[in-house]
Amino acid sequence: MINKLMTRFLQKNSWTSTGIIEGLKLSFPIIIGYIPIGIAFGVLSSKVGISAFNTIVMSLIVFAGSSQLIAVGLFLAGASAISVIITTFIVNLRHFLMTAALSPYLKSWRKLELAAFAFEVTDETFGIHAAMFASDNYLKESAFTVNIAAQISWLTGTWIGIIASQMITDIERLALDFALPAMFIGLLVMATNNRTKALVAIIAGSLSVLFSQFHLEQWNVIIATLIGATLGVLLKKWIKN
Amino acid sequence: MDQKLIFLTLVGMLLVTYIPRFLPLFFLANRSLPDVVHRWLGYVPSAVLAAMLFPSLFVKEKQLWLSFDNLYLMAAIPTFLLAWKSKSLFGTVITGMVLVAGVRFLSG
Repeated sequence: MINKLMTRFLQKNSWTSTGIIEGLKLSFPIIIGYIPIGIAFGVLSSKVGISAFNTIVMSLIVFAGSSQLIAVGLFLAGASAISVIITTFIVNLRHFLMTAALSPYLKSWRKLELAAFAFEVTDETFGIHAAMFASDNYLKESAFTVNIAAQISWLTGTWIGIIASQMITDIERLALDFALPAMFIGLLVMATNNRTKALVAIIAGSLSVLFSQFHLEQWNVIIATLIGATLGVLLKKWIKN
Repeated sequence: MDQKLIFLTLVGMLLVTYIPRFLPLFFLANRSLPDVVHRWLGYVPSAVLAAMLFPSLFVKEKQLWLSFDNLYLMAAIPTFLLAWKSKSLFGTVITGMVLVAGVRFLSG
């Protein structure tokens, strides 16, 4: 029954198994990174006193790692609902820039597909999508597979974390905390395929570090990105002339 | 903790997270953008990824940390070189983690 429905869905959307397998291959590093961070989130959320149900729901409907961890911290500190929501908005506003950057590649997609796709755009799935769409050889089913695999691994990590929250977990020993920075390094290198982009990366990164010293809370990433991308356009013009 | 209130907060978090993710696709995907906007968006991936990465390497507890003791920063250098030469995301992630775990193991 489920098999039949699946086959019908795949045929109706002309999804190929080659595309799905390609997507699974691409999501491997994300899975490696998300499970440990998901565990950390699940442990922390449970320890703080958020119910297993709400912890899973957060990973299901919010699905944005750093903001989920920040929210747990705020709940612990007794912050009001409205301040948790406003902080989440600021922390996740960068996704606006990400889906804007992906939009030129999605011209042929239906509205419903766009709505489903947007739901699972995270820093890491965005990194893969940005590199792959630019390579011109990226199938829709690969993109969706990357998204779904990412969320399943995030949910799996969260679930393990909830169960493991009673036990002692030594995340540092296995260097699981370095999985995300290492992934960002890889994604940044993939995205940065010319000198102007390299210069933009150095400028935006340095500005973000600088702004992090100014008590701008989470705005440093967004402001640095806006300035960096704008300088990229100007520099390119200037280099050409 | 009041689990009902937490649940309602989560619904609020869903809205403020999903709307910024979706709006650009809804409004931009079906139209052709001016060339300069297109080029600007082309710089966003490098800019935003670096803006997220650099503070995680250079800043600890809101303080700039430039020292050989900064394990993340030290591990980032070979990890970066490998990413650059190999173009393999998976290899990059595994190598970075092995480096950090190895240094921590050796330094007890």
